[in-house]
Amino acid sequence: MPKIKLPTKSPHIDMTPMVDLFSVVLTFLMLTTTMRQPEPAPIDTPFSISDKTAPEANIMTVLLSKDSRVFFNIDNGKDTAYHFKGKILTEMGKRYDMTFTPEEVKQFEAYPSSFGLPIQKMHEFIKTKDAKVKEALQAKGIPIDSTDNQLALWILFARQVNKDIAACIKGDNDAPYPIVKKVLDILQDKNVNRFNLITNLEVTKVTTQSE
Amino acid sequence: MGEIIQEEKQKGGKKRPKHHSTRIDMTPMVDLMCLLITFFMLTTAFSKSKVMEIALPERDPKVKPPPVSKARTVNIILGPENKVFWYPGMVENPKSPPPLQETDFSDQGIRKMLLERNKFLFKKVAAFREKTIKENPTMSRDSLLANIKRFNKLDDSGPIVLIKAYKDSRYANVVDIIDEMAICNIIRYAIVDINYVEEDMVKAAMAASTKSTKPQ
Repeated sequence: MPKIKLPTKSPHIDMTPMVDLFSVVLTFLMLTTTMRQPEPAPIDTPFSISDKTAPEANIMTVLLSKDSRVFFNIDNGKDTAYHFKGKILTEMGKRYDMTFTPEEVKQFEAYPSSFGLPIQKMHEFIKTKDAKVKEALQAKGIPIDSTDNQLALWILFARQVNKDIAACIKGDNDAPYPIVKKVLDILQDKNVNRFNLITNLEVTKVTTQSE
Repeated sequence: MGEIIQEEKQKGGKKRPKHHSTRIDMTPMVDLMCLLITFFMLTTAFSKSKVMEIALPERDPKVKPPPVSKARTVNIILGPENKVFWYPGMVENPKSPPPLQETDFSDQGIRKMLLERNKFLFKKVAAFREKTIKENPTMSRDSLLANIKRFNKLDDSGPIVLIKAYKDSRYANVVDIIDEMAICNIIRYAIVDINYVEEDMVKAAMAASTKSTKPQ
């Protein structure tokens, strides 16, 4: 009697469909991700139970760092087709008798992160490619004193250029309250009464919320 | 090694064209792709930041702030070192201010106090919810929530919370307390400036608390 042969299966699995699928997913994910740009100062946002996602466009963000520096960002640093960033810079330049060449405006629009420096140093800031020089220029943040309140002007021009712009505040956990208060006052002076505080979602709190 | 033996065999026997397998081992490729996909999926999921909406009252000198009932008012003062102080009502006589109660941001701290004071509203909301569901069982969850929200707005029994931040408090405290308002379903709250009487009260309370901990 002949032995019954067990059908021997090849240990190889055809992975081609799997690889196909993976490639598609990978390409999709790679194209959709937006790499987060490093902020000029590290900012740890506080936690909250709010689960509303931050808007992507039409926003201006005021950043408050631990050492009381103030930074400003328009549309998450993304250059939009409307060239809001460039227009805001030109307006700001007009106010301070500075002219920015189209080349400079273009470079400013392409700058992907937030900035925090007096407008007087903006030429230098745009020109330099050196990250260390950029950092040194931002050592003081945007001036917010009542004598030279440039943050108020940035907010004013941002709202003039883009009517739908919404304000966001991204503060560090350890930002002292007086600076927060000052920024809130500036926003209110410019008639911005509704704004978003950027936070991280904290799930643990939601579970204790049960009625 | 295997190949060498094969070659020796071929020398003697028939000359066959070398048979190449068409299969490529894709395992390393799959490994790498898995890794990359996981990385990208996680980064996209985590980079989305959340926002908390707040609205401040408009600054119009012509509009007077609405009158605040003393009995419903709770003042919360954010102190230094993550401390929270609170007192009900208002300061009647600056010479003898009401005692400050010290709590913290834990479940048993400020939240317990707020929930206790907001209990009546919670009961009312629960009753309203029951009633709406009974009257209209087919109502969607969203419209039910919207109705409850509208009901909340009309409420006049919950506490009115005045949030005041002492100069040494941090930004995280402000966000925490606004968050606490959302958790405890406090409808009416406002961020107001601290006055000098309250500043003195905080100073006194801080001095008292350091004194009580030092002797040990």
